[in-house]
Order: sequence, then C-alpha cells, then structure tokens
Amino acid sequence: MDVSLEKIRKAFPETVALQEASFAARTGEVHALLGENGAGKTTLMNVLAGLYRPDAGTIWVGGRRREWRSPADAIAAGIGMVHQHFKLVPSLRVSENLLLGTRGAWAGRREVARLRALAREAGLRVDLDAPVWQLSMGERQKVELLRLLWRDARVLILDEPTSVLTPQEGEALLGTLRALARAGRTVIVISHKLDEVLRYADRVTVMRSGRAVATLAAGEATARDLASLMVGHVPPPAVRPGAAPGPEVLVVDRLSVPGDRRALAVRDVSLTVRAGEIVGLAGVAGNGQRELAEAVAGLRPIVAGRLRIGGRSLEGASVRDRLASGLAFIPEDRQRVGLVGDLTAAENLILKRYHRPPICRRGLLDPRAIRAHAEEALRRFGVTVPPRAPVRTLSGGTLQRLLVARELGENPRVIVALSPTRGLDVRATALVHHALQEAARSGVAVLVISEDLDELLALADRLAVMHEGRISAVLARSQFDRSRIGYLMAGGAA
Amino acid sequence: MTGHLLLLWLASAVVAGTPLIFASVGELIAERSGVLNLGVEGMMLVGAVSGFMAAVHTRDLFVAVLAAMGAAAALSLLHAVLTVTFRTDQAVTGLALTLLGAGLSSFLGKGYVGIPAPVTFRPVALPGLSQLPLLGPVLFRQDVLVYASYLLVGAAWAFLAWTRAGLALRAAGEDASTVDALGLNVAAIRYAGVLTGGALAGLAGAYLSLAYTPTWTDNMTAGQGWIAVALVIFATWNPLRAAAGAYLFGGVEALGFRIQAVGGTVPSYFLRMLPYVFTLAVLLVVTARSRRPAVPAALGRPYFREERYG
Amino acid sequence: MIHVERRAPLRPPVAAVVRLAGVAAALLLGGLFLAATGHPPVAAYRDMVSGALGSPYAVQQTLVKAVPLALTGLGVALAFHAGLWNIGAEGQLAMGACLSSWAALTLRWPGWALLPLMAGLGLLGGAAWALIPAVPRALFGTNEIITTLLLNYVALLWVDYLVFGPWADPHAFSFPYSRPFPEAARLPLLPGTQVHLGALCVPALALGISVLLRSTRWGYEIRVTGSSPEAARYAGMPVRRTVVGVLVASGAIAGLAGMIEVSGVIGRIQQGISPGYGYAAIIIAWLARLAPWATVAVAVGFAAVLNGEFALQTSGVPAALASILQALILFSVLTSEFFIAHRVVLRRKRREAWVPQEVPAEP
Repeated sequence: MDVSLEKIRKAFPETVALQEASFAARTGEVHALLGENGAGKTTLMNVLAGLYRPDAGTIWVGGRRREWRSPADAIAAGIGMVHQHFKLVPSLRVSENLLLGTRGAWAGRREVARLRALAREAGLRVDLDAPVWQLSMGERQKVELLRLLWRDARVLILDEPTSVLTPQEGEALLGTLRALARAGRTVIVISHKLDEVLRYADRVTVMRSGRAVATLAAGEATARDLASLMVGHVPPPAVRPGAAPGPEVLVVDRLSVPGDRRALAVRDVSLTVRAGEIVGLAGVAGNGQRELAEAVAGLRPIVAGRLRIGGRSLEGASVRDRLASGLAFIPEDRQRVGLVGDLTAAENLILKRYHRPPICRRGLLDPRAIRAHAEEALRRFGVTVPPRAPVRTLSGGTLQRLLVARELGENPRVIVALSPTRGLDVRATALVHHALQEAARSGVAVLVISEDLDELLALADRLAVMHEGRISAVLARSQFDRSRIGYLMAGGAA
Repeated sequence: MTGHLLLLWLASAVVAGTPLIFASVGELIAERSGVLNLGVEGMMLVGAVSGFMAAVHTRDLFVAVLAAMGAAAALSLLHAVLTVTFRTDQAVTGLALTLLGAGLSSFLGKGYVGIPAPVTFRPVALPGLSQLPLLGPVLFRQDVLVYASYLLVGAAWAFLAWTRAGLALRAAGEDASTVDALGLNVAAIRYAGVLTGGALAGLAGAYLSLAYTPTWTDNMTAGQGWIAVALVIFATWNPLRAAAGAYLFGGVEALGFRIQAVGGTVPSYFLRMLPYVFTLAVLLVVTARSRRPAVPAALGRPYFREERYG
Repeated sequence: MIHVERRAPLRPPVAAVVRLAGVAAALLLGGLFLAATGHPPVAAYRDMVSGALGSPYAVQQTLVKAVPLALTGLGVALAFHAGLWNIGAEGQLAMGACLSSWAALTLRWPGWALLPLMAGLGLLGGAAWALIPAVPRALFGTNEIITTLLLNYVALLWVDYLVFGPWADPHAFSFPYSRPFPEAARLPLLPGTQVHLGALCVPALALGISVLLRSTRWGYEIRVTGSSPEAARYAGMPVRRTVVGVLVASGAIAGLAGMIEVSGVIGRIQQGISPGYGYAAIIIAWLARLAPWATVAVAVGFAAVLNGEFALQTSGVPAALASILQALILFSVLTSEFFIAHRVVLRRKRREAWVPQEVPAEP
C-alpha cells in the first residue's frame, strides 16, 4: 500500500518539530527515513500512525486522503508502527499484550492459538505465555512485529529497530523486513545509522531540522553524500590521539551486584581504568551495565568483590565517601537523577558540594559563593543558561552539558558516564565527547558505558564487552572489529 | 458456650467487613485503571445519607440502594472529570472530594439524625446452605447485600483475570501510553473505573445506614473509607485478598463489640482504636516485606497523549 | 470535538489572575448553593464579611482563628516541600494539646515556667505522633497519606478517653471536656488586644521556614528530596533522615498549634479541639503553593470564612457551608491550574498553536 505525507507541520510548546515535511513510500519497498537525533523522523511517523495531530498538511493512504482522530483509525487503515520504546506493558504476558485492544469479550484461547501459528509462519520464535519483563529486547521486538502482522498491517513502520540489537540480530531482522516487503507490504525504517541504511534500503529519505531534504535510491547515494545531507556539511572525522595511560585509578575486582529482581545482574566482573585512558563498556541494554555503574556510584549494594578508587577500598562506602575519593558519575536519567528539575542551574551545580565550605558554613548556604561557583563552571565549559529558570525547562543537550560541567568541575579522578549522549543532537554529542576526551587528556580515568557501538569505537582506548552480567572480553584499540564485537555482545565466546 | 460466641463473632465479622468489601473492591478497580481516589470516605458518606433519605421517603430498599449508588457515583464523576480530563493532582482532588462529601452529607442529613430507618435489610437464611456446619450460620444467614458482596468479589476477580475489558483496565493502570497507542480510549476506561469505584463506595455507605447501624449520624463512616484505601494496598490490588482483608478487619472491629458485650473492662475508646491500629500494623508489615507490592505502575499519574519523551 | 493541548506557561501575573478568577467562580457557586437553599446570597456574603472583619473585635477574632490554621498550614507546607503528605496534622495537634494539658492540669507551677514547658510539650507531642508514620515511610516507603490519617482517628479517640475519663470535669455532668486550666496555664493576651501571645508564633515560624528553605543546608536537602528523591540519593544526601526530620518537624508545629489552642483559646481540653484544622491546612498549603507567607495570608482568609460562617448560623444558614465552600474553592483552583497549563480547542477551528523560534526539535 502506498502512503504519502504532504507538507506536514507540527509544533509543540517548546519547539517546531516539523516544518512542511513531505514523504512518500511505495508498496514492496524498504524505505529508510534517515536523519540525526532531533530531525523530526519519529515525529513525522507518529503523525502517519495517528499519535500526533498535524497542525497542517495531508495524509494519503492507498491513494485516498485520510485524517486520523486517534491511533485506532490509523491501525484500522492498515498502518502499524513499532516504536523505539516498545508499546508493551511489562507486567502483562505476551499473549495478553497482543490481545489488548482487540475485539472480543473473553481471554481468547482461540486467538492465542492463532497467534502461535502466525508466529511460526513468520519465523518469529517467542514464548507467548511469558511476562514481557522477562523478555530480552530482541524478543520484545519480535512480539511487536507479530502484533503488526496479526493486525494485518500493510504498512510497517519501525523506529530505530536495530538500536537494541546485536549486529547479528540486526542483520536477521533486516532480512525479515526485506522478505515482508517483497511479499507486498510497505516497510519504513527510521534510522540514524548510515552504513546500515545503505545495506538494506531500496530508497532513502533524509530529514533535517523538520524537513525532508532529499530522497534517493540506495544505489545512487554514498555514505558521504548522506552524511552531508544529514548535517548540512561534511563532519570532520573523529580524532583520537594516542596517550600513554597512567596508574590504575578505578579497579573493579570480581564484583557481583544484584539486579532489581532477586537474580544477580553483575557476576564476577573485573575491570580496571587507568588515569588518562577511556575505557568503553559495550553491550546490549539489560546485560548488567547499568547495575555495574550504579554499584560503582554507591546506588546499588555490592554482594561480592572489591571496588577501589585511587587505592582506597570502597565496597561498603557511602555515596559521599565515594565522591570524596574522586568519583564522578553521569547517570542515564539526566532529568530525574542527575539534575533536580525544580532548581535553577546554579543550585544544581552545587549538588555535590553544597555541604562543604565555601558553599556551606555552619549550616547556612552562601548565595555569593553559589553564584561564583556557577559562573566559574559555566565559563569553563562554555555553557550558557538563563540564570533563574528551573532546569526542567532546558533542552536535553543543555541539560547534559550542565551535568557534564558539574561533574567535571569537581575535578574528579575517575568519571563513569552512562549513555552520555543518548537523545542529543550532533552538536551536543560532539561537545560531550570533547569534554570527556579533554578530561582523559588531563589525566582523568574515564569509563563510558553506552549502547551506541559507534560512539565507543570512536572514543575508547580499550573496549570491554558485557553479556549477561559478565565481561566476555577486553579489546585494545588495534583489535576493534565490529563483527567480532557483535558476536561477543550476543554471547559468543571470546 | 464458647462455640456459640465464636459463631456470633464470626458472623458479625462478616457483617462488619461487608461495607469494607464494597468500598475496597470499588477502590481497587479505580486504582487498577490508574486513578487514585482518596474521596472514598466522602462518597461513602454521601451514599449513606442518600440511601437513608430515599428509604425514609420511599420506604423501598431497592430504590434506596440505587439512590445511594447514584449519588456517590455523581460525586465520583466530579473526581473523574477533574483528574482524567483536567489532569489535576489526584490526591488533592480526592481529599477535596472527601471534604465536599462530608460537608454535603452533613448538610443533607441534618433533618434525619437519630431517626430509625423505616425499612432495613434483614437477614435471610439461604435454604440448604444455611444448614452447613460452621459456614452455614456465619456466611449464609446474612442479608441480601452480604450475598451481593460475595458475588461482587467473584465477579470482580473474574472480570480482571478473564475478560478482555478487564485486561484493558489493568493495562490502563500500568502503561497508559501503550494502551492509547493500541487504539483504546484511556479516558473512557478510567472514567469507568472511577465511576464503578464511586458507585460501590455509595453501596458501602448505604449498607452502613440501612443494614449495619441502621441509622444516620454525622460522619458515621468514621474513617472506614480510609481503611478501605489501606486495604487495597494490603490486598495488592487483588479482589480475593481484599475480601480476606475486609473480613479480617471486620473481625477486629466486631471483637471490640464482643468484648464489651461480655462485660470486659477495657474502655470502649481503646476498643474502637483497634481497627485503625490493626490497619496500621498490617500496612507496616506488608510494606516492610516487599518494597513494591504490585502497584499499578501508572497509579496517580495523569495521562497526556501528546506528552513527549524527555 | 473538544481537543486539549498544552500551551506555553503563562506569565506569573496572568496565572495569578486566573487563580483569583477560580476563587471568584467558587464564591459564585457558593452563592448559587445558598440561593438554592433559600438564603439570599448577597445578604449572606455581606453578613459573612461583616461577621469576620466588620469590627475591631471581629478582626481580632479572625486573627485568633487564623493562628492554628496558619501553623498547621505551615507545617503541612514544610512536609510538602520534601514531597511528603502530612494528613495527620489533626491528630498531631490533638496529641500536642494532650501532652501540654497534662502539665496544665497536674503541675502547680507559675506561668513563666509552666507556659514554656507546655509549649515544649506541645512540640514534643506532635513530633512523637508524627514519628510513628515517619519511620516506616523512611525505611519502607509506607504510604504516609494513609498512616498519618489513621493515626488521626486514634489520637481523637485518645482525647475522648481522657475527657470522658480521668480528666473529666467533675462539674460538667459528662460533657466532653476537662477541668478548666489554672490561670498560670493560660496564654496571656497581647496588651490592649483580644489576641493571645501564641499569635506571635505565626510570623516567627513563617520567617523561620522561609529562611530555612532558602538559605540553609537542610532546606536545600529538603527541596532536592522533594523534587527528586533519586537525585537526592545520587548526590549522597541522607534521604531517610530528611524524611523523618521533616515529618517530625511538621508534626511538632501542629502540636504547638494544639497547645496554643487549649491554652490560649479554649482554656481546657475537650472533644473537638480542632474543627478540621488539619484537613483545612492541606488545602491552605496547596492554595498558597507552599510559600510560607502566602500560607499565612490564605490561612487568614480561611479564618475569615469560618468566622463569617458563625455569623450566618444565626440566620439559619447550614453549618456545613464552610467546608462546602472550602471544597468548592479548592476545586476551582485545581481547575484553574489546568487552564493555566493547557488550552481547550474546538476541533473545527484549526487555531495556530503557539509557535516559538524555529529550533531543531528534540526527538
């Protein structure tokens, strides 16, 4: 089924997400929608899928002009979307999730049988009775695909589908998608990964700043062409100067950490980070990376093993003690954990030092000292923020730069950064990378944990791979090999 | 002799627990759809006074019960409009409704204080079942509303576990944006949950003024609405466990009366404290043992479709 | 079809006007209610205003009534700042009153020693009563709305026991109050007025809390914990200690209000020391958006409504009017909050949503 969007405009209170964006996809093709973070790709597809109402513009489906009052209309018309954040209720079972929203009164034993058959046909292996929270990301994605197929979607939209998969799982998925397209559906894939797109797509549409700037057949385009279309200019290649690393600063020795549900999330993990080096930790989300970072930061208990920073043993130490030993932690959730939304930027910048002089004397906070510290930190890292606004009104990029400014401003010995550039646009990402590299150059030990393999390959001196709570291998820069790393991420032997 | 006392106590435990069953099952349904309703106390009061007034004027118990449920549902409609459509803070709105309900019931019930109810629910022994040993006199020689409460617990459990509508309700309380993306009307589901909770709270109130006491006094619920809210947590949002908890609390309350009846010398005030203290203790134990007991994940948070991911 | 969408936040003066419009709407609804029950609204409101503020005596009475409202309001607001709901001010007030009444009824000390002791006991009583729900909340996350609330009922029953039992006034023929306090246990009046000394606690406490929140380390920890407990933990703050400390402080303030009521106003302890001050406090704190001085101002407003309502009762207006009016005001303000943050649009018209400068969107 052919679909097209004509001159769509969509504004939100803080930003204009889409300005006169037009897009068209044909039956039988795999069409990639390419752009950097923030270009408007997801927003545009959300309009097509009925989640957002366009302020202006038209939607054409199968040659007819359509208007959606809600996602239900779009679903009924045969449009199905698999989002980046899966639309699955974790506490319900797979079958319950699939039955949600369908017609019928009872729990549907017959439908479940039909689902099993459909899954078998499409080659999607998944346990229908398992609660969703037990499933891996790859399995959850299969459930989402199964749902679309069951609703007989003719147009399949997938938002960054390979971001939660290992490279091998990603290849398998893309193969499935191509088969579905050839069988007569329309497949649209939202992505920011250039190389991947060139390998599987029939056509590519590039978006930038809320508009579609070009549509090319995959054979006609090169990676450089697409990159320059995405950012408006050719980005310089990432430079990574070699450095001789110093003494060990962060030592994790046979650490075991419990997860949220009884079982161990981190098993017997050992890792060292030296002064002046950047160590990357790669892995598919949910393999214990977050728990490891939280354990190092003191937000999660350690049940076995040792943790040392600068030689000091800190397994049982409080968060304050770890901060005093020179630890800085950039958490995943910058809005709720890293920063306090209701406070101003200056008040956020003193979060790690509010209890010590010069900020605090005898229980009282010194406003001049707070202001002075804020001005110094903002100037040092080149961040500008409105002085009296509560921090929750700021954009993601500014928030992250504020967070980095604060953490680095404490002149730490070791930084643990968890998904530091998630959701940021190219410029903000580059600034954060630059700050981390600067820190390493000045002798700080940096541990970057990220799901973005490209980011780690560009930044890291050494790369560790984590799978099911264990470190499967640690590779030096000369050994970096994408497919080997992908194999390790999926659980292959070192 | 003690066997007889025991049976009496158990039977009165069932009676005392019945309004708690209505109120807690209702609140449970509302909360599983994602809306916290702290106005239960006010809705119970409104139900109690409306049912009583209707009974006095029409002398028809059926009409009285309908009036009670309707009045409380109307109050809960206000809660739904404010919290679901206008996305106000659910806790503050609920507290304001309790205040409004208490004030309204006080005002409306002014002329009816102290009047004995002209018609009340009387126990009806179920043929056959009431002859069973132990269970018979305790469970099956009760009034019609108690039997209705048994059916309600079963129906609520079946609804939540086996029907697709129940599935939709549960999902709306866990992850509203997913439910919306799947084409269901989250607002309609939550309205239904809140209104059901309100109607059942009204039924609980009617039980108090038409079967339990039966009369109307100012603030006659004395916090049972709050005990019902606590019960929902204790029951981990499961109707069967809510019933067990309700009877447990009914038992404690009835115990107080029994002790007095046997001539115990404990001042009545301390006995009346028992249900509240017991509720507190249970709540403490439940939360001490498991950090997050099956709370509907979306409870208390209003849903806004065009919310953007942070 | 009606369509709701978010809008850019309104500037504070405009937002304040919308909130006042909400209050005005509530008064209008209250007026309709009055009219519907056969009482001419304009006359009723006029009587209310003159009853509350019409004479120096009335104004002083309003101020006296505002004291417990303001104190409990401040205490509740303080708890809110830390993200905690203290619904137990009613019970904490009663326990503070209890403990200080014990001193009044059993010790034969002179006033200059007795009154400070009573104040201390008032603080202690409220604090201890708030400690009970505070610890489980800090350790297990036990919902404090329900625990503080259940304790209200227990506290009130305890007071009942005392005034009907050991402390009953032998001359009162089973009326629910105690013997009257000796003169030494009564708070003196401010010279030349009908307002008791306890009223000075209000501005003192408002100032204290204001300074606490803005300029102290504890205040900073409270604000961070209230805004995001995860961030507080991430920063190494003693979250559990903060939770207990704030709830206990909140309870202590309510307990002090209890002492002031029995010592300065009533002169004995009785059933129903507080006609719902603890619940009104929540509404007051919320309406004042937790700002200390605004809380005091709103409390005075509420006191005026309560006093005015007394004046009306002689003309037969229903006694429950005050709580109905309070609830209506709260509803109206809640709804106006909504309108401050959102806009309702009819489907036919395609109004342009507010458009800021063109910047690339975040995903």
